[in-house]
Amino acid sequence: MKKLKLVMIGNGMAGVRTLEELIKLAPDLYDITVFGAEPHPNYNRILLSPVLAGEQTFEEIVLNDLNWYADNGIKLLLGRKAVKIDRKARVVVADDGSEAEYDRLLIATGSNPFILPIPGKDLQGVIGYRDIADTQTMMETAKTHKHAVVIGGGLLGLEAANGLKLRGMDVTVVHIGDWLLERQLDVTAGRLLQQSLEDRGLKFLLPKHTAELLDNGEGRVCAVKFKDGEVVPADLVVMAAGIRPNSELAEQSGIACNRGILVNDTMQTYDPRVYAIGECASHRGIAYGLVAPLFEQAKVCANHLAQLGFSRYQGSVTSTKLKVTGIDLFSAGEFMGAEGTETITLSDPIGGVYKKLVIRDDVLVGACLYGDTADGGWYFRQIRENHNVSEIRDHLMFGENAIGDAGHQGQSSTANMPDDMEVCGCNGVCKGTIVKAIQENGLFSVDDVKKHTKAASSCGSCAGLVEQILINTVGGAADVKPKSEKAICGCSDLNHGQIRKAIREEQLTSIPATMTFLNWSTPNGCATCRPALNYYLISTWPGEAKDDPQSRFINERAHANIQKDGTYSVIPRMWGGVTNASELRRIADVADKYNVPMVKVTGGQRIDLLGIKKDDLPGVWKDLDMPSGHAYGKSIRTVKTCVGSEFCRFGTQNSTQMGIDLEHALFNMWSPHKVKLAVSGCPRNCAESGIKDVGIIGVDSGWELYIGGNGGIKTEAGEFFVKLKSAEEVMEYSLAFLQLYREEAFYLERTVHYMQRVGMEHIKKAVLEDAEKRQALHARLLFSLSFEQDPWKEQLAKPQLKKEFDRIALRNLEVQA
Amino acid sequence: MSWLDICALEDINPLGSRIVAGPKGDIAIFRTSNDEVFALDDRCPHKGGPLSQGLVYGKRVACPLHNWQIELESGQAVAPDVGCAHRHQAKVENGRVLLTLNTATECA
Repeated sequence: MKKLKLVMIGNGMAGVRTLEELIKLAPDLYDITVFGAEPHPNYNRILLSPVLAGEQTFEEIVLNDLNWYADNGIKLLLGRKAVKIDRKARVVVADDGSEAEYDRLLIATGSNPFILPIPGKDLQGVIGYRDIADTQTMMETAKTHKHAVVIGGGLLGLEAANGLKLRGMDVTVVHIGDWLLERQLDVTAGRLLQQSLEDRGLKFLLPKHTAELLDNGEGRVCAVKFKDGEVVPADLVVMAAGIRPNSELAEQSGIACNRGILVNDTMQTYDPRVYAIGECASHRGIAYGLVAPLFEQAKVCANHLAQLGFSRYQGSVTSTKLKVTGIDLFSAGEFMGAEGTETITLSDPIGGVYKKLVIRDDVLVGACLYGDTADGGWYFRQIRENHNVSEIRDHLMFGENAIGDAGHQGQSSTANMPDDMEVCGCNGVCKGTIVKAIQENGLFSVDDVKKHTKAASSCGSCAGLVEQILINTVGGAADVKPKSEKAICGCSDLNHGQIRKAIREEQLTSIPATMTFLNWSTPNGCATCRPALNYYLISTWPGEAKDDPQSRFINERAHANIQKDGTYSVIPRMWGGVTNASELRRIADVADKYNVPMVKVTGGQRIDLLGIKKDDLPGVWKDLDMPSGHAYGKSIRTVKTCVGSEFCRFGTQNSTQMGIDLEHALFNMWSPHKVKLAVSGCPRNCAESGIKDVGIIGVDSGWELYIGGNGGIKTEAGEFFVKLKSAEEVMEYSLAFLQLYREEAFYLERTVHYMQRVGMEHIKKAVLEDAEKRQALHARLLFSLSFEQDPWKEQLAKPQLKKEFDRIALRNLEVQA
Repeated sequence: MSWLDICALEDINPLGSRIVAGPKGDIAIFRTSNDEVFALDDRCPHKGGPLSQGLVYGKRVACPLHNWQIELESGQAVAPDVGCAHRHQAKVENGRVLLTLNTATECA
């Protein structure tokens, strides 16, 4: 088949990212030609400031070297500026006369610096700040000249000024607004920023209007004159007064433009063969100048270029970060506040900390942080996920409380962390290693960092720190999407929510059917998506969808917990933590018979037999003659209990019986993640109900239910849910909540994270307010559980399943003739 | 090259594996979704995890201990990880899985 021709004008980050996404989806669909006006392959434009500041080199910021283009069969025409698009003949013409025909055209021409229309703007020594050439000019000029003036006190201007100062120039920043970064900061934070930059030796003139640039008599700029008559010397003038979408070429060819090339939600322009992406494109009236939204656009555009046709770009909430080493500044969303918004501020000018949070209708809509940006990523997530924050409003300002976070010495801020400090306690990864990997490999997401450094890839408790380091290193380009927006894995562009919805609405009941319907890009998924799909299917269609053992992690296939040496641990169930002499005798006999190297009491009030060989598992189960404890599964684990009113002199309720009953009711329940319960007989709470997914505390007048507690990586106290009178009610409400969690949570999302995502309001509405809904949830869980049986008994009963545990012995081998 | 008769193809689940007790330790035999078979020493190059217990997808297996991805054809770890699991020749003939033990040292 003859390939289609795709031409791309522009060779920058947004465009090349689109090609990368396209090649992933449809590697052989197009012959691709790229026109790049600059003589360089695609580089990380965001890191020009660190290059100017002398912290990185040009070589380090290249994202796709020339080999990448060659390896993917892309014809790269460097140093050639496209000057004409002939839409009738479908040809792009460059300034050197070279031409390329297209079936699809992608315009990714980015933006141009806005050059003030004032006398002297064409003098030598007057530049914008946009590309490698500008950066080189600044670095060269700094060697031979003294005075620099930067016009514009925005992000780019301040980064340029900081870099020039570090290169030894005397720098004055001229700004038209009343304070710096008026689009990112409010006046208080702007003043704080100005103060700390002045401490570094930068000078500021504001508000100030530039009138003209003066000639030194030889065609080079020598000074800047202002409208008020003041004159300051200048051997170099950097115009950083904003950018303009570079839509000139598109406009000349008759494509509709209005401050950018107009595109719809598929990134298509007025001419259906022509797509536009990046800073040159105007989507719903916004031309984005930050990298994160452009990467989202790239994904959508690639989806349509690959002829899949199901993806939409619907705009982005953006965040910014000033990349001046040592200054912490973060803003996101509607941080300025407007009608109908409320603000919470914390101002400590002496300590150099300023924080402002903007709330509308109980939802966080904006944040502006100066001096302490540790929680920037967390606020950004709150903004994007539209959480109702009314219940956490009183401590919202203090951020995601990092106390109780284990594994990195209680550190919660990365900006001042030394490079040799360990960030990931599981895999021993230091901050410096992470920063280096981000810079050298051009990483933009926490997932990329995980892959390259292993940081945050085990327990994940340091993922927030890694995210901060990422934001500090690449600024607004950091891809910090919440799980609700992230694609499930590399096999599909869809997120967990979209997949769950499709499985439910399209009545998909098998993994192959789901993958086919949702256009999976791999033949049988991967180790990330298959277990998730398997759970979604069996929880959505109990009795109809067939469980696929090959799509379960080994622990759930072997029904035991794999250990570092490949042996397994076996934990039989002890209902409510109650056992008897006969069970204990059998456990002791098993320990003797199979030479079990360690017998240990677990935190969940039962007994663990460690170091059992896989071949021995069926024998152990048979000899134990006890039900599976599911200590290995994304499933119900245990219900921990105290002795309660039967024996305890303080007990108010029979917590042991309540626990036993709950554990029986939930036996064999698969769930998005592990589920632990506890029942205490009085508020002394000896069963630690406060840190369980469902924690129940008996009081004299009934029972209190707490949900969303977690004693793991990050200690989270459960939130009070409801107070009930009878044990029957406890049963109904607990099961209803767990069924809601089973139906709505994403795979590997604990109850606490599910609660944080959907909000307590939502859960209360579904479980507490409507008795009919609650009973229906309760009934659905019972229905679902009616198809399950004790997996140990099942494995023993079915020889086909037992096969998994037999090893093929050497003596069975026969040499073939 | 001598082929050893191991088992029937049906004895290995699709996208599953079985362990053969080899002379120098366990060997994992994997079956892909289109009924190809591959054999590797049952040791992940990372921390020695039993690859036979991993999740098989495409022509790869994910180690059950720390999720390293290993190519079934070459035994090489998928980048950015670096390492190699010793491989053996395996094939399916007349519904039987055949194996040749590879004594050459391929992994550094």
